[in-house]
Amino acid sequence: MNMMTEAAVEKALDQRMNDLSYKMIGKDVSVYYGEKRALFDVNLNVRQNTVTALIGPSGCGKSTFLRTLNRMNDTIDSCRVTGRITLDGDDIYDPAIDVVELRARVGMVFQKPNPFPKSIYENISYGPRIHGLARSKTDMDQIVEASLQRAGLWNEVKDRLQESGTGLSGGQQQRLCIARAIAVSPEVILMDEPCSALDPIATAKVEELIHELRSNYTIVIVTHSMQQAARVSQRTAMFHLGQLVEENDTDKMFTNPDDQRTQDYIMGRFG
Amino acid sequence: MSSHIMSAFDEELKYLNRRISEMGGLAEQMCADAVHALVNGDSALAQKVISDDVILDNAEREIQEKAIVTIAKRQPMAADLREIIGTLRIAADLERVGDLGKNNAKRVIAVQGTGVPRKLARGLEHLSELALVQLKEVLDVFANRSAQKAEAIRQRDEEIDAMYTSLFRELLTYMMEDPRNITTCTHLLFCAKNIERIGDHATNIAETIYYIATGAQPQGERPKDDSSNTLGAVVE
Repeated sequence: MNMMTEAAVEKALDQRMNDLSYKMIGKDVSVYYGEKRALFDVNLNVRQNTVTALIGPSGCGKSTFLRTLNRMNDTIDSCRVTGRITLDGDDIYDPAIDVVELRARVGMVFQKPNPFPKSIYENISYGPRIHGLARSKTDMDQIVEASLQRAGLWNEVKDRLQESGTGLSGGQQQRLCIARAIAVSPEVILMDEPCSALDPIATAKVEELIHELRSNYTIVIVTHSMQQAARVSQRTAMFHLGQLVEENDTDKMFTNPDDQRTQDYIMGRFG
Repeated sequence: MSSHIMSAFDEELKYLNRRISEMGGLAEQMCADAVHALVNGDSALAQKVISDDVILDNAEREIQEKAIVTIAKRQPMAADLREIIGTLRIAADLERVGDLGKNNAKRVIAVQGTGVPRKLARGLEHLSELALVQLKEVLDVFANRSAQKAEAIRQRDEEIDAMYTSLFRELLTYMMEDPRNITTCTHLLFCAKNIERIGDHATNIAETIYYIATGAQPQGERPKDDSSNTLGAVVE
């Protein structure tokens, strides 16, 4: 690709990122699992068309925070969320909000690729069908192709759309899951360690995909790989013991972080 | 700072630090010896300086290789990354310092015929003392990573520049007095310039240490008092 256009696109994206307000705003977010408090008054805003990486040691609350963003925690009975989270200014914990619709707007990709045990085509078409996004078979075909194209998987699977999604390689399965998330035209994509079960080549493909998706979507990614956070994100938030320790530009975060705990964590030192 | 979870990483960083200290010690010794050889016409000592430069060059190469392997293996972040990149830069500066010392040593033979006039010898010695103090102190600061002291050393390069300018003027005077001085004085001019640049490298190292310690570049222009580039523009 032409270097100039690439740089120009980057610049335009950065501009857009600064112009637009926050896509999601988390204010004083606390999460309790029964008696145990997992998150302590987290204030974290997610910028539009930006990849935000959440890092921190295991059990620090980064996945918990991620899951509050599309109310995944609702599925856990003992879980209670306080504080306020908005999507384009609307409180997503408002009782009037339709959770199914919310999850269509805020999609999720999990650690382990989890395609439905159905054909590749059906994996993608399932979401659009239940949300009534396609009026005809042709419509649906288009959605399936566009989603697979975006996920960089089309060329690899276009001749075997009727084969089972579980027959793909791990990396392909994960990109299928990303295509499935994209199919319902979400605005935000949450990714919970999307590459931890993938080999380096599949990881690179997914990272390349994340980089491209940034122009159309807002992405929040939880990762244990510091290098991955440094490679794919523009903003990084560091969690520790349920608290948000520091949120900063990724470039600053990995060269000269403000907080000592961030410093110790990313350098692999004892805290 | 607390140690790494992987203790082998700490060992690698310590090793790089030790090698830098060794390089620094050798570079310092070479520069001192070169000036000593120059003012005393000691060609054996000059020969030693020339052969020591090989050791310094090899040390720099070794540090480079080790640093690259460490980066590839550990993917260092933040202060660790700055430290390793800083190490590479300091090693390069010290290697240059060695080259400048060696260049001075090479001129010993050229000036042997006439010898170095007493007064000029004293000037060169003084200039070299200033530069070597800078170098020695900056290496001490490297060991304790004080951004404050690094900044202080950076401010002092001015003194060397001023001394160099006055030596430059003096050498010009000698040459004008008697054209037979020109060969020796031209060599001494290069020697003085070399020494002045050793001071510059010490200042570079101070800036690198400041960066390692703080993650920021030192603020403001480097103080300079080298006006030799305009000297003699109008000769009266």
